[in-house]
Amino acid sequence: MRIVPFIISAIVTVALVMVLNMQLPVGESKTPRLGAFLSPQHGCWQNAEPYNVNLNANLKFDGLKGNVEVFFDERMVPHVYAEQENDAYFVQGFLHAKFRLWQMEFQTHAAAGRLSEVLGEKSGGKNFLMIDKFFRRTGMTYGAEKSLAALEANPQTKAEVDAYTAGVNSYILKLDDNQMPLEYKVLDYKPEPWTNLKSALFMKYMAWELAGKGDDDFEMTNAKNVFSSLDIEQLYPVFEDSLDPIIPKGTAFSKPGVLPKAPLKADSIYYNLHDSIDPVLNIKPDEHNGSNNWAVSGSKTATGSPILCNDPHLGLNMPSLWFEMQINTPESNCYGATFPGAPFVIIGFNDSIAWGVTNAGRDVKDYYEIKFKDNSMKEYWYNGAWVPSEFRKEVIKVKGKPDVVENIAITVFGPVIYDHQFANKLNDEKYYALRWLAHDGSNETSTFYKLNRASNFNDYLNAISTFETPGQNFVFASKSGDIAIRQQGKFPAKWHRQGDFVMPGTDSSFQWQGYIPNEEAPMILNPARGFVSSANQIPVDTTYPYYLGGSYPLYRGIIINRKLASMNNITAEDMQHLQTDNYNVFAEMARPVLLKYIGETNLDGDAKTYLDQLKNWNLHNDINEEGATVFDTWWNELEAVVWGDEFSQTKLPLKWPNESSLLESILKDGAYKFADDIRTPAKEDLHDMVLLSFTSATKALNKLKTEGRLPWAKYKETGVRHLLSIPAFSRLHLPIGGGDHIINATRKDHGPGWRMIVSLTEKIEAYAVYPGGQSGNPGSRYYDNFIDTWVAGKYYSLLFMQKEEARRSSKMLWKMTFAKA
Amino acid sequence: MKFVVAILLTALLSFAVALFFPWWSIAIAAFIVAAFIPQTSFKAFVSGFLALFLLWGIQSTIIDANNHHILATKVAGLLPLGGSYIALIMATAIIGGLVAGMAALTGSFIHTHKQRL
Repeated sequence: MRIVPFIISAIVTVALVMVLNMQLPVGESKTPRLGAFLSPQHGCWQNAEPYNVNLNANLKFDGLKGNVEVFFDERMVPHVYAEQENDAYFVQGFLHAKFRLWQMEFQTHAAAGRLSEVLGEKSGGKNFLMIDKFFRRTGMTYGAEKSLAALEANPQTKAEVDAYTAGVNSYILKLDDNQMPLEYKVLDYKPEPWTNLKSALFMKYMAWELAGKGDDDFEMTNAKNVFSSLDIEQLYPVFEDSLDPIIPKGTAFSKPGVLPKAPLKADSIYYNLHDSIDPVLNIKPDEHNGSNNWAVSGSKTATGSPILCNDPHLGLNMPSLWFEMQINTPESNCYGATFPGAPFVIIGFNDSIAWGVTNAGRDVKDYYEIKFKDNSMKEYWYNGAWVPSEFRKEVIKVKGKPDVVENIAITVFGPVIYDHQFANKLNDEKYYALRWLAHDGSNETSTFYKLNRASNFNDYLNAISTFETPGQNFVFASKSGDIAIRQQGKFPAKWHRQGDFVMPGTDSSFQWQGYIPNEEAPMILNPARGFVSSANQIPVDTTYPYYLGGSYPLYRGIIINRKLASMNNITAEDMQHLQTDNYNVFAEMARPVLLKYIGETNLDGDAKTYLDQLKNWNLHNDINEEGATVFDTWWNELEAVVWGDEFSQTKLPLKWPNESSLLESILKDGAYKFADDIRTPAKEDLHDMVLLSFTSATKALNKLKTEGRLPWAKYKETGVRHLLSIPAFSRLHLPIGGGDHIINATRKDHGPGWRMIVSLTEKIEAYAVYPGGQSGNPGSRYYDNFIDTWVAGKYYSLLFMQKEEARRSSKMLWKMTFAKA
Repeated sequence: MKFVVAILLTALLSFAVALFFPWWSIAIAAFIVAAFIPQTSFKAFVSGFLALFLLWGIQSTIIDANNHHILATKVAGLLPLGGSYIALIMATAIIGGLVAGMAALTGSFIHTHKQRL
């Protein structure tokens, strides 16, 4: 034996193996373990699904009570036929895990504040430890635990959720390391068992996404330093003149059951109190989270049966938030979009009815300033006495580092989100507690259980009446001819502007005084106009007896109602055109304003060209329209020059007002106060601002022109991004029109993530599409195969079959059977 | 002849142990084969390298062809390989080859006398 060469060679070999067996740092990120990742028998190659995949399988599980047959159609949509109720949800859990395990776990890790456990303290420029701290302090798990208790108190939902969890775990248990979803191999960790709490966390995550509207309390509080209360009413109006509410104007409301009253001292210590707050981290859901839904009655359709449509707008991601499936049990035959992470169909239809949701967007998230005796936070001042706090210990595991422990004080208002450990940057001796409705235990799951089985209007009403958070506009249509919409949720009964600003938390006077009785929820059933609709606008006119809070988009609702009112003999195809319509009603109202105030005489070549493009624009945000880009650029510049001077008076975070705030003000009165540039001695007016903004817009447009980005789609740059923002796993630069304030609300990374149209004829005719694919595996052809269809504004005709028909159908490509072991 | 046998045995043994053990078991396979089939150090390295270059290269090529390059194109975009599935296959083959080659080289030093074939 040649000892020296042997030892040297052995050391080099072992070192090579070790280097290839660890994650190597690249900047703030890390590579996969390259040896494991590239090994054809272990690594990424194992995720390269055969192009002609075969899903046929006969499976046996202890957890089942009877047989389940699953047929997969050519789009890989599973059609589940279960002999026993619970088994259907066991199989739903199994299929969610089979196709979407990584995202289910990742999203619930995010909700629970556990990202640093898998991504490390920092990665790719993001501080995951801070993000985790934020979600722990927001009380996500705290709320999910309470909701889980409510869910498990109901034997029916407990049984179904138990079955779902067992199904997910039956998949995880038999999962080989080689077969782990690709993202686990990229990030080098493994899935853990699923629990009912994770399903509750997923629903809490949706609550955070949707019930965080109006979460601008700190910004609004800061605004009081700069603006008078009159200014605030003008910049952040509650109602706009052009509003077309969900419940038509003039509808009578019953006398309020609760009469909230502002505390006597509100003027001095609330409305007119000046305070400055700059929280260390305040993550907000995308302000564009919203949706469209509508239903038309048979009197307006070609078939004489109602048609229901829904397209929820959330972040556009892959794997998609949605997973399409049919679930057939002895009690129900249901089809639609499901959430990987939770049982039941969330948006869909069954043999008798269809339903859909849009976000209510009302403010159910308020902050209170707490006075603690000292920074141990053990006692706080409440109603004239020192009251002991409770504490919640949150242990954050950090990959490669010691655990971080957060001791969160819990007050009568809720968890203390900002304290000296997680501070207000300006004054770390201040403490703010969060009162959020999602902290209350509520069982939203039972609503979907019941909706999946509903067969008429009363069932629908019964199903949704217990739904609390996040408040939704539930649209409904039935084969029997009813259409309805109801803004359902638990909402505090608020006095004017209660909770728009941070409230004093030293006594009970500023607490919520009660909840709006459920029977006072805004609702319409079979209105004379023959349709119901919602697009996140304010649900009611000023005669509704409660303050609504929140922040509401104005324009989609206007155009949807205008179009629906003018349509007759409607077909499903008409509805496809309507859902993908790119008409810009905001531009229709704003363009004349811009043209009125621009002085044309002094415009040079480029500017003149852009102005002509805008004048000649057909008001459609279609992919090649350059006028749309001119309009958008100009309007953004106008807002910047009109408000920029006032808003630069402070470095504190402020809330930028809605587009409608500026447009509605100008339409009402040409002498807009904020047009004056307060930094100059001269008194500017709208003419000056419109011209100034057009000059800067021209510069911006020239730059876009040289980049070849004047056409609307090139300017907008829509993409569907992987949840880890890996470009290679994303679909970018998609040629799709639409945008903000447009029915086709497709923005850069946000938009209609599920489009559905259901015609409630005797044999239901339904269409849907979503930007993604059934498989969450980037190595599958079914990962992104719906995207081009979605981009083109096309739909898939849905196969909604009874079991015998599915068995015989040539459109079902694979069959999986599940039986009791 | 020994050279070819060493390549085939290394590839076969690597395939077999990888069914049950982590990826680095290929190093042990290459080491064992080199220890049992005496060759010059250079030949041992080359046979180990070629064995895994071919095994991992052929395996990934077959998988990639059945997959119509979907995964490899994406992973070659995630790694700095310019989105080229061929580059990913080559990277796979070379990494497998290097590990097995080094392990075989180590194994060859077990023998006291230089073997000549």
